[in-house]
Amino acid sequence: MKVTELRELIRRRKRWDTVFMLVGIAALMIGVLTFAALFVDMALDGMGRLSWDFFTNFPSRRPGQAGILSAWVGSTLVMLTTAAFAVPLGVASGIYLEEYAAKNWVTDVIEINISNLAGVPSIVYGLLALGLFVYQFGLGQSILAAGLTLALLILPVVIVATRESIRSIPQGIREGAYALGATQWQVSKDHIIPYSMPGILTGVIIGMARAIGETAPIITIGALTFIAFLPPAPLKAEPPFVSFEWLFSPFTVMPIQMFNWTSRPEAAFHQNAAAAGFVLVLMTLAMNGLAIWLRYRLRKRIKW
Amino acid sequence: MSAVAPGQATSTVLQEPANLRLTRRRSRVVRERVIESVLFLAALVSVFTTVGIVYILVKESVVFFQHVSLVAFLTDRQWTPLFDDAHFGIMVLLSGTLTSSAVALAIAIPLGTIIAIYLSEFAPFRLREVAKPFLELLGGVPTIVYGYFALLFITPLLQRIYPDLPGFNLLAAGIVMGIMIIPYVSSISEDAMRAVPMSLREGSYAMGATRFQTATRVVVPAAFSGIASAYILGISRAVGETMILAVSAGMQPNLTFNPLEPAATITAFIVQVALGDLPHGSVGYQTIFAAGLTLMLFTLACNIAGHALRRRFRESY
Repeated sequence: MKVTELRELIRRRKRWDTVFMLVGIAALMIGVLTFAALFVDMALDGMGRLSWDFFTNFPSRRPGQAGILSAWVGSTLVMLTTAAFAVPLGVASGIYLEEYAAKNWVTDVIEINISNLAGVPSIVYGLLALGLFVYQFGLGQSILAAGLTLALLILPVVIVATRESIRSIPQGIREGAYALGATQWQVSKDHIIPYSMPGILTGVIIGMARAIGETAPIITIGALTFIAFLPPAPLKAEPPFVSFEWLFSPFTVMPIQMFNWTSRPEAAFHQNAAAAGFVLVLMTLAMNGLAIWLRYRLRKRIKW
Repeated sequence: MSAVAPGQATSTVLQEPANLRLTRRRSRVVRERVIESVLFLAALVSVFTTVGIVYILVKESVVFFQHVSLVAFLTDRQWTPLFDDAHFGIMVLLSGTLTSSAVALAIAIPLGTIIAIYLSEFAPFRLREVAKPFLELLGGVPTIVYGYFALLFITPLLQRIYPDLPGFNLLAAGIVMGIMIIPYVSSISEDAMRAVPMSLREGSYAMGATRFQTATRVVVPAAFSGIASAYILGISRAVGETMILAVSAGMQPNLTFNPLEPAATITAFIVQVALGDLPHGSVGYQTIFAAGLTLMLFTLACNIAGHALRRRFRESY
């Protein structure tokens, strides 16, 4: 083979590099452009409806007066309930699996089970909740039932984040604490949990961002789509000042409200759907962005 | 510390009655045990969740299959569970699920793989640092928002190219679903490729291979198990996706493999039934559990296949 032929061959092969670079950038751009189109489309369609009234009005038959008051209040309360169950359970499971669990078949079962649960479609959680929480436990279509459902749904996310965060703590920290006579729980409580907190927080935020946009499981438990009242207030004027009646109240959430408006034929309701969607996207973007920023800072700052 | 002689410290400890020390130690041991059991119970919640899912789905499905024979469920070509003349052919719903998933995967797998190869082997460091979180954001958008986008943006867009396209169709839903799944495929595939040791790439370059040759003939085969499990995750996402289909593919059961038609999927059917008020315990109520069981078995099969693939093809370096 002559040198010129060889050069030609190399040039031809290298051309593929360039072609693939362009294809790769194009593929990335498809993702970027779709996201931009979605965001701009929603903003343009919904901008006309976004006003203070939109946040303080109940849904209505007249699209011009309809608002998302019951939806965002419902979403907030459901998220509080979800966090109250998912965070302690997820963190405790993570600590158990990393710090306590023996290497035996029970641990294997738990681990395989968690990775399986992460792949179960969210609507199946809805069926579980419908059969178990709504009818077997008699919770009805309440905020508590929805919060529990979403808590189970995001539990794998919280557990995995907790475990990863704990795993990055060097063994020397534990050994140092044990050498001073600390018990296993003292090591966990005073060292493992505080040091892994930022990582856990990131996981919790990502989980919550997922939960706030979940529609299918909440529709499946039979949440109503038209709610023109608020759940009972959690604070009261007379003792004991706090009330948990709201946990058993019917409710609606942001994605269900949006679904309701999207599935109507009138274009005016589609505008409401766009406005609600825009608010929802902003909320999830803010949460995900916060999580990404936290992780980024974390990676930069921690040097063991 | 130096003020207290070592002997003095020991003697104060010794002055404490032995039984008091013993009780204190015992209570500490008890407390540790209690805490460990509490943590163990928390870890068991996820196992109970699985048990609960299987229990509920199987329990309600058993009642369902007392009304409907398994043969009819699998072979009937109609799905009309809420009509007087009820037919329960899951094939009808499966066709919708499979068609929309096929469209979604036809988009997500090639694009996701290309993005993963590009980010892992070609992209400059800075671009990768920006692109990865961005793709994560794409995966974090609520699916109901994607549903809106499919119904009111993609479908009108497609109707310009193909004017006969009905307002509800599997194609638009599938396309949007595919874009939603890209981040799942690309991020796991990229992690797998980045785990391939540098020495393999260096060996390839030393033999005179170009970047493209190294990527496709060395890195991708070496990361095959991870890439395959990314595909499988994508498949189970597509099959279980609900809201995009419920919003933009219509809820009419339709035995078709043509993405240009409207059709209901298993998940959309469950949503449709849940939106109505079916009495608890009726056959209509139980069909959603039978449909859910089918879905669960499908994703379980995917998970097991992914596990087996990873174990079979795992390369250790």
